[in-house]
Amino acid sequence: MTFLGVVAVLAGLMFGIGAIAAVYHIIRGPSILDRALATDVLLAIAICSLGAEMAINRHTDTLVVMLVLAMFAVVGSISIARFMARQDVS
Amino acid sequence: MSAAEIATGLLILVSAFLSMAAGIGIVRFPDVLTRLHAATKPQVLGLASVLVAIVVQVPTWGVLTTVVLVMTFQLLTQPMTAHMLGRAAYRSDHVRRDLLIEDDLDHDIAEHDQTGR
Repeated sequence: MTFLGVVAVLAGLMFGIGAIAAVYHIIRGPSILDRALATDVLLAIAICSLGAEMAINRHTDTLVVMLVLAMFAVVGSISIARFMARQDVS
Repeated sequence: MSAAEIATGLLILVSAFLSMAAGIGIVRFPDVLTRLHAATKPQVLGLASVLVAIVVQVPTWGVLTTVVLVMTFQLLTQPMTAHMLGRAAYRSDHVRRDLLIEDDLDHDIAEHDQTGR
């Protein structure tokens, strides 16, 4: 097994732990702001793992996907925070 | 196994560790503001290291310019998200005030109320 193969397994394990923790917090989170924040973290982990896959396999096919996600990932969290009323607790 | 491969592997491991730390941090920390601290910083540094790894593996000008664009958009939009979430959390009482050492915004709001509006 090559060095980058070992790195791929380790990185996949750590990305997976982070993503599972984020999903758990989306389900359990006490307020809607916590859920928006955890969704943001899940999206950032997705962007990072796309980039890691590209660097390990030496191609640039999904670089455009990273660009679009980095541009528009902000819309969801900001609209939730902007239009949240005081009584929206969950 | 060349030097470029070792550098790529280390950068990817840094990014993966920061993603895991962000995930564990948002589960462990008690309120929205501390979770913001755990969530936003690893996103920027982890993304930066993975983008450097891509440039090391595929060093062309097209890849470099696209990578700079991705990093620029992330650096522009991530503080906006953190600011809006923190503001909404403060305004809707999702902040654990017993954990705060100093609440400067509360002082400013009280002072503004006293000096007239």
